[in-house]
Amino acid sequence: MSLLPLAQLKIQKPGGSDSCAAANDFCPGWIVDNIDRYWTPLLEHVYLTVVPVAIGFAISLGLAILAHRRRWLTGPIITVTGIFFAIPSVAAFFLLQPITGLGYTTAMVALVSYTLLIIFRNITTGLRNVPAETVDAAIGQGLTHRQVLYRVELPLATPEIMAGLRIATATTVGLAALAVFAGAGGLGAEILVDKHFKSNVVVAGGLALLLAAVLDLLILGVQRAVTPWQRARG
Amino acid sequence: MIDPIPAFLGDFGEAIEFIFKERESVSGGVQIGGIPELAGFGLTHMEVSLAALLIAAVLAIPLALWLGHIGRGDFIATATSNVGRAVPSLALLAFFISFVGLGYTNVIAVLVLLAIPPLITNTYVGVRQVDRDTVDAARGMGMSGMEIVRKIELPLALPAIFDGLRTSAVNVVATATIAPLANVQTLGEPIITPQTYGFVGQLGAAIVVALITVAVDFIFARLQRAATPAGLKLAEPAPRRLFALPIKRRPEST
Repeated sequence: MSLLPLAQLKIQKPGGSDSCAAANDFCPGWIVDNIDRYWTPLLEHVYLTVVPVAIGFAISLGLAILAHRRRWLTGPIITVTGIFFAIPSVAAFFLLQPITGLGYTTAMVALVSYTLLIIFRNITTGLRNVPAETVDAAIGQGLTHRQVLYRVELPLATPEIMAGLRIATATTVGLAALAVFAGAGGLGAEILVDKHFKSNVVVAGGLALLLAAVLDLLILGVQRAVTPWQRARG
Repeated sequence: MIDPIPAFLGDFGEAIEFIFKERESVSGGVQIGGIPELAGFGLTHMEVSLAALLIAAVLAIPLALWLGHIGRGDFIATATSNVGRAVPSLALLAFFISFVGLGYTNVIAVLVLLAIPPLITNTYVGVRQVDRDTVDAARGMGMSGMEIVRKIELPLALPAIFDGLRTSAVNVVATATIAPLANVQTLGEPIITPQTYGFVGQLGAAIVVALITVAVDFIFARLQRAATPAGLKLAEPAPRRLFALPIKRRPEST
């Protein structure tokens, strides 16, 4: 446990020979020349966002379906996931290291734990907002409770579920920037390599914002695709 | 104090010892850890967090109350919360470090910017959720716009406002951990300088930060209950965090 993520970071400025970069200024020329070195960190950041949100969604969906059957579970689940949510990610990245070591596993476990409360709450709200008459009508047509859940309640809860996914994704993009403290790279690592260099900070931070925006639009697109009745209804 | 530390705790045991007992630094020469040093970091941590939360509240809550009162600001309320969520705190801090500089003022400015979005969104939504009939009744009784804000909308929006304060407080205390990057020695100092504090110091600081944040979350949850008007408590349990994006159940006209 003597690995120190920050000590490993080297202060280097490839192509920093020109006066603009040497002055730590904002240099479009330097950015154009060095943009490829952000490619790998960006991909790491995508990985650090998409995988935790996907795993968090699977766990939350399971928990929400369980709590839908057994209502009394909702309170305890929210309390526990609420505590996960309150622990700062920087602290979590260190608290997990004695158990999961330095690297992706630690980052993943912490990032997944942050998505749980957000997604679970939104799925639960979505399921509760399904009109009781709709459920009654489905039961009246002879659907079993399982069929009602998968064919009526979950589809009608899609807008809330997707809203939860969008919030979880945007939050995770931001928290993944701190995954550098778990030794998992990402755009945060680039920021820390040279936090005084304006061009570096703008490009790395800008890419994170861009990633959040693109993922948000993607989820919105998926939502429109899976809820065609929302567009059909005039 | 726990003495001796049980061996099965491993790194955690050493980290707990670091919190309570001074030791020589990894690089040698200086004494690190122990209650006095961590209390100093903790004090700075609380100072910057509290200052930022107060400034953010003074700026954001009146603005959002007014926007909610006149009913304009759906766009501002949703846009600030969406952008606020997506901006990585590390990127914002680094942006201030590289463009503005190091030090207390800049750290507080970053924390204020992070605290504002939840406050605006929650206050605005809280005011808009007030039953319009209630507001109309107040107007019919002859209340002025100012009175309606002060006596009707503000009290009824208090649970939502405190929910926003809770979210912001937790965010601010969590983010103050990376303030040492801007030369402000908060509890993140051992985390940011492993060459002096080692992994044990990092872990010890992480334990303290986690405990403080969970405590802050708990305290604000209590405050929220205390701030809820008695009449609302009877009606229903106070709503917790709003993880709401505007949900369009109807198709957009595009």
